[in-house]
Amino acid sequence: MTFVKDLQRVLRQNIRDYGMFIALFVIWIVFARLTDGLFISSRNISNLLNQSGYIAVLGIGMTLIIVIRHIDLSVGFLAGFLGAVAAIAMAFWNWPVYVVIPVVLLIGALLGLVPGFLVARLGIPAFVATLAGFLIYRGAILVVTEQTGTIIIANRAFNAIGNGFIPDFPVAFLPGLHKLTLLVGIVGVVFYVISELNGRRTKQAYEFDVLPMNIFILKLLFAALLIGGMTWVLAGYNGLSWTVVVMLVVVGIYNFMTTKTVLGRHIYAVGGNPEAAQLSGVNVKRITFFVFSQMGMLAALSGMLFASRLQSATTTAGTLFELDAIAAAFVGGVSAAGGVGRVTGALIGALVMASLTSGMNLMGIGISYQYIVRGAVLAAAVIFDVATRNR
Amino acid sequence: MEDKIILEMRNITKEFPGVKALDNVSFRVKEGEIHCLVGENGAGKSTLMKVLSGVWPYGSYDGEIFFAGELQQFNGIRDSERAGIGIIYQELALVPEMTVYENIFLGNEIARGIQVDWNETIKRATAMLKKVKLNVNAAAKVKELGVGKQQLVEIAKALSKDVRLLILDEPTAALNEGDVDNLFTLLRDLKAQGVTCIMISHKLKEVMEMADTVTVLRDGKTICTLDAHNGEVSEQIIIKHMVGREIENIYPRRAHQRSDEVVLEVNNWTAYDPAVERTILKDNRFRVRKGEIVGFSGLMGSGRTELALSIFGNPAGYHVQGDLVINGREQRFNHPQEAIDAGLAYVSEDRKRNGLILIQDVKQNVTLANLRELAHRGVVDANAEIKVANEYKSSLNIKTPTIEQKVSNLSGGNQQKVSLAKWLFVKPNVLILDEPTRGIDVGAKFEIYTLMNKLVEQGMSIVMISSELPEILGMSDRVYVVSAGEITGELPVEEATQEKIMHLATMN
Repeated sequence: MTFVKDLQRVLRQNIRDYGMFIALFVIWIVFARLTDGLFISSRNISNLLNQSGYIAVLGIGMTLIIVIRHIDLSVGFLAGFLGAVAAIAMAFWNWPVYVVIPVVLLIGALLGLVPGFLVARLGIPAFVATLAGFLIYRGAILVVTEQTGTIIIANRAFNAIGNGFIPDFPVAFLPGLHKLTLLVGIVGVVFYVISELNGRRTKQAYEFDVLPMNIFILKLLFAALLIGGMTWVLAGYNGLSWTVVVMLVVVGIYNFMTTKTVLGRHIYAVGGNPEAAQLSGVNVKRITFFVFSQMGMLAALSGMLFASRLQSATTTAGTLFELDAIAAAFVGGVSAAGGVGRVTGALIGALVMASLTSGMNLMGIGISYQYIVRGAVLAAAVIFDVATRNR
Repeated sequence: MEDKIILEMRNITKEFPGVKALDNVSFRVKEGEIHCLVGENGAGKSTLMKVLSGVWPYGSYDGEIFFAGELQQFNGIRDSERAGIGIIYQELALVPEMTVYENIFLGNEIARGIQVDWNETIKRATAMLKKVKLNVNAAAKVKELGVGKQQLVEIAKALSKDVRLLILDEPTAALNEGDVDNLFTLLRDLKAQGVTCIMISHKLKEVMEMADTVTVLRDGKTICTLDAHNGEVSEQIIIKHMVGREIENIYPRRAHQRSDEVVLEVNNWTAYDPAVERTILKDNRFRVRKGEIVGFSGLMGSGRTELALSIFGNPAGYHVQGDLVINGREQRFNHPQEAIDAGLAYVSEDRKRNGLILIQDVKQNVTLANLRELAHRGVVDANAEIKVANEYKSSLNIKTPTIEQKVSNLSGGNQQKVSLAKWLFVKPNVLILDEPTRGIDVGAKFEIYTLMNKLVEQGMSIVMISSELPEILGMSDRVYVVSAGEITGELPVEEATQEKIMHLATMN
């Protein structure tokens, strides 16, 4: 029974890394049973992913903020405000969508420099600096929507980001299934397996510990099943939505940045020990500026995803987004002590929170109990994090 | 002077894992005297006072404490306070944002029922301030006072608890001369009122001025107790007792090829620290030549670390004046990165706080300061990184199962080697080592000394800051001695002795 023992050992050692995936998996199975499979229907999963998109994006940025031991409370209303700016640019100034999106992202990045300046240069606590931003952007939304109220967005290309799906091959092969989505899934699985095998070979070449072969295969199977299963489920409805594509692209870029680049390493060094990082030649202030700036850019993206999904900019857009993003980051395993946390975790965290909402909605549980359950899950995630920290 | 003994500590032994901090120490203090406790850093002075004040509770040490004629078993600082022992630490324990009277009665509030009686508090605080001759409003905030006045507030706080024995741990370390005079006048007044005083001090001039009795500790043992009034005490005698150990032969002595090429030159170097509102470095000048080890000796807090940091990109934001010349070029750094680019490296004194990122692994720590060399267009070459880390693991003999081990899991000596590896990887011309062997075992020390010799042979220059005199004498080619922010002397190692260095280090 070495297999069971190995499995136990591997799970124990990597509980922090795998814990969230396991939690998400368990939540899905429980809801699937409680709703007689309705929860894992193609339509519901597709909706769930689309709903979690704008929070996941914020959560990824928030993860980096928390990694460098700060917080950003302003991003919710910043997202709402920039969503309104995008709507105004399209509805009233008739800017084309391919100009609006990059310009709004740029505005977001620039506005992110403001708390960056307050925190890095003036030494104001991030909590206070961004609380000010929270109030200011709340007011700014009201100012820009004062005369019109809700701004309807008529641009179909823009609205497709939140509601549309990637096109399919126009062939009669496999009716009822979205072929391009399946292809993406298959490519994804193959790519994952190859990169894992390569990584394992490199590690072996350096004589590092690798997972025992049977556990390694189990891990590959699990991941392949997850990716394959997801694409199969999505292919049964309308296929991959543009929101999911955006999410995957953002996660991909951020995962690369945080794990492979000098910049990413400097961010985690600042989070792990700012004094040591500073003495090692890392420009802590510049890193702080960058992290707040990228947060602003992702707030812009989040705001546009949300506006696109509603096909309009509303006066209340962005309410509580920041807290959902912080929750997603913490459920995803970021540590409040700094220096620890993965962007993939934030994605999973956002999915966990969205799944809870979706599942409980399907079960007809009232909004009051939903808040309580989500709060309990957040607390449990952080307790889990603290309890497993010193393994 | 009456010879009534107020305090007797008998055969105190206190062990920490792996270290005997106090080894059978006996210590007697007469009532109404000023008793100075002296010894090198790490001799056990502070530990002894912590045992006395109950910070290390009864049962965590061996031996007996008799205070005021009774056997005492303190379980915490409150017990010792109740018995009449007050201790004032080097770092003041006041709350800056609170008023003077709040601070004086903090933890000892005058209350009726659950309500604090502020009028009575202010009245008594004012009386206490008069007693310590401190002319400030009791309602002033502590942060508005200078360090000297804050210290008097601390003493007032201690006196408010009716202490019979007052312990002062290096009370003058942060004071200017006027404040020191005030303090000493007060201590003499208190003595006249019958308060006994134990003063820990590194400044032998002050010891000579104030002490009735002097006890010298060395390596956790009582060396001697001297009566200051019968002429048997002098600075030379105290120094002799403080350092009187044989240099253990753990210093691999070698002939360095010293060239005359000056690689680092500092002139008129003065620094003001806005955080403590004090000039911390005064008009320093020194040179470092290619291929030599320059020792910087001095007591803790003498400004050696500040001197190194003010040169190494000044991360603490001191206001610095002076000239810095590296390889013949005038330089001024605004960030450690610029200092690194100019060929400097600084291995910090406190590896856990400023040196390493404990939650990251060996590999990430080794490469942190020079990731750019491993990166291509901002992307780190993971394989090259592994190769570099493994090279340093074997060349410095870092004992870790893999380079993917978290640094927090390594022993002190191996952590220090990781810290060294990080700085060797930036390939510096001048390597500044701040207390390179603090808290590590003899074996690892020897390895680090051997490495230092190898590095200077290859043409590197090393600046070694150390509080350990044997290490300074055993490793340096030349020694600078720093005292209270000033370089008070330069000695070729052939002429340097522990006594001479101690004399220079206790000058200011």
